[in-house]
Amino acid sequence: MKEIKYTISIYTENNVGLLNRISAIFLKRHINIRSITSSESEISNIHRFIIVVKVDKEKIKKIIKQIEKQIEVIAAFSHTDKEIIYLQTALYKVKSKFLFKERKIQNIIKDSRANIVTVKPDYFVIEKTGWKEETDELYNKLKKYGLLQFVRSGRISVSKESMEITKFLKSNNNE
Amino acid sequence: MKNISGAEAVIRCLIKENVDILFGYPGGAIMPVYDELYKFEKEIHHILTRHEQGATHAAQGYARTSGKIGVAIATSGPGATNLVTGIADAQIDSTPMLCITGQVASSLLGSDAFQETDIIGISTPVTKWSYQITKAAEIPEIFAKAFYIAKSGRPGPVLIDITKDAQFEMLNSFNYKKCKKIRSYLSVPKTSNKSLKDAAEIINKAKKPFIVWGQGVILGEAEKEFTQFIEKSGIPAAWTILGLSAVPTNHPLNVGMVGMHGNYGPNVLTNECDVLIAIGMRFDDRVTGNLSTYAKQAKIIHFEIDPAEVNKNVVADVAVLGNVKLTLKEILPFINSNKHKKWLDKFKSFYDIEFEKVIDKEYNKTEGGLSMAEVIKSININTNGESILVTDVGQHQMVACRYTKFNLSKSNITSGGLGTMGFALPAALGAKIGDQNREVIAVIGDGGFQMTIQELGTIFQTKASVKIVILNNNFLGMVRQWQQLFFDKRYASTEMVNPDFVAISKGYFIEANKVEKRENLDDAVRKMIKYNGPYLLEVIIEKEENVFPMIPSGSSVSDVRLE
Repeated sequence: MKEIKYTISIYTENNVGLLNRISAIFLKRHINIRSITSSESEISNIHRFIIVVKVDKEKIKKIIKQIEKQIEVIAAFSHTDKEIIYLQTALYKVKSKFLFKERKIQNIIKDSRANIVTVKPDYFVIEKTGWKEETDELYNKLKKYGLLQFVRSGRISVSKESMEITKFLKSNNNE
Repeated sequence: MKNISGAEAVIRCLIKENVDILFGYPGGAIMPVYDELYKFEKEIHHILTRHEQGATHAAQGYARTSGKIGVAIATSGPGATNLVTGIADAQIDSTPMLCITGQVASSLLGSDAFQETDIIGISTPVTKWSYQITKAAEIPEIFAKAFYIAKSGRPGPVLIDITKDAQFEMLNSFNYKKCKKIRSYLSVPKTSNKSLKDAAEIINKAKKPFIVWGQGVILGEAEKEFTQFIEKSGIPAAWTILGLSAVPTNHPLNVGMVGMHGNYGPNVLTNECDVLIAIGMRFDDRVTGNLSTYAKQAKIIHFEIDPAEVNKNVVADVAVLGNVKLTLKEILPFINSNKHKKWLDKFKSFYDIEFEKVIDKEYNKTEGGLSMAEVIKSININTNGESILVTDVGQHQMVACRYTKFNLSKSNITSGGLGTMGFALPAALGAKIGDQNREVIAVIGDGGFQMTIQELGTIFQTKASVKIVILNNNFLGMVRQWQQLFFDKRYASTEMVNPDFVAISKGYFIEANKVEKRENLDDAVRKMIKYNGPYLLEVIIEKEENVFPMIPSGSSVSDVRLE
């Protein structure tokens, strides 16, 4: 079966060890996690994980059920790229001399709608938020000037359809 | 209650949850709790196993016969890691168990302190839930949660790791409130009325319906509801190895076992039925054989408490979610009374073939070496289906489960999903303590017996009246069978040079006997059953016996081999 990129949203309690429990579900099935992000969610005291994996359609259904089965997971959802709004942020650290000597760099920054976060005598830092492909493009353009450091965050996303977490919480509590 | 230590709080939590038996092994990081056990010995009895793995299997055996949560306790480091096999076994076989482990002081966490292991990390994939307590104040709430999680919904093992400083720390107050719900956890999914009606409609229309039931019937204490369901619908029903004993062996609708070494009829007819009704079972690969040829002609109805099991291996046409005790009761009024006589006769005709080709030859054997089935026959004659059977893993397990007669539920204790050799001896001890009034017979192979043989010490010390039958063929028989059938008889490391089991047993002051001849078997079994106290009977059996029927792995259920 064809492998598709899925973005998994998991709403959980905020407890030590839960990340381990969730990642173990992927490890057990020999699935590589492409990106993972964890943060607060729209509901206070409820945490949210965003995990990106590439698996087939049947597998993703089973994985979601296994994740939801974990005691401290409230609900989990999977979405294809079409069903979500998603972004990643990348930081690029470059030697300052290029910023002043190479006019091209200034154009690259402008053209790719990146921002200069900070400028120091030795280096400057550019930030680019967008799709992975966009941050890749900027990476390739800046690479020839010698990147001192590069890092990209995991994907964050919101779904186009609502996920009705509060409904889940209510139904569990009224059990 | 004021000013009690974390360790005392642990004991008080256990008392509040009606725990009166613990299986465990002390050590440095759990000593404060053991010190409290000493003080509370009237309320809680601690059984000192000879290895922590033994404590987990004993707790499992206890849980399965008593219906309560089995509790195992160990120290940090090696004590904790020795629990892991039992935890994994309990996870895959849905056994409610609480494991308590000591941990190094919280200030030392991560410092590679003496006997420090990350037991939370190690056990995460094989526990239903786990938690590390670093403050005494957390104890009551965490224990309440652990007990609720272990037993509710689909049961399973939970682990609580307690740092040593949390055991010493004083609590300002101790208020124990039982946990009744957790907001992120729906223990039993809601049953939709539509699923019940859809299922009933399919069942009522079926011409050749077939039921496969699993341990869900026993865990849900739904034996009565299940029996009413099969009797009203008149549908032949077969069991998975963990479902065994939920319905008496001699029930006319009980058609035997499914799976790799299951009965001929249930396996072949799985691929002939028009509706397959799975009740509290999870379509394990040892049950289904090759999934791409499993019951493809049939509509599938799946009664299941764990939503993650639905459509995992076999896609259901109708999934009836919920506890089978309720769902079977609710569906009953919609089910038409029926008798599928012709269809049931078909199972009988397949049984006759199996009887002629397999059963008669081994169960009623008269010459040559003793067969495993003959030993089970002798046990049947002497116990009348009233005893609890505990088996290890391998050929003897398949034979014992195929031939033992059962009148009562919760009478078959075995390691199904994980296939843990070494399970039976400690599990038999736990099973006996969980149901003291019944005879417990452990049937164990010579290989598995030696994996936890040290628990003879625990049986001796507790005087638990466990009857141990060693079926000794001086081989790791099941592996040898596979080597014979699939590896051109290359018997790599399966032949065993065994010690004198009778002498070992007597070394532990456990009465023992050895049988080598057919004419002595019945007397020896009778003597064992009559003996008041633990007893070991070693039976020398045919060296190279094979278990049939057999579905070679990867084959279809209908390609079950009789020889």
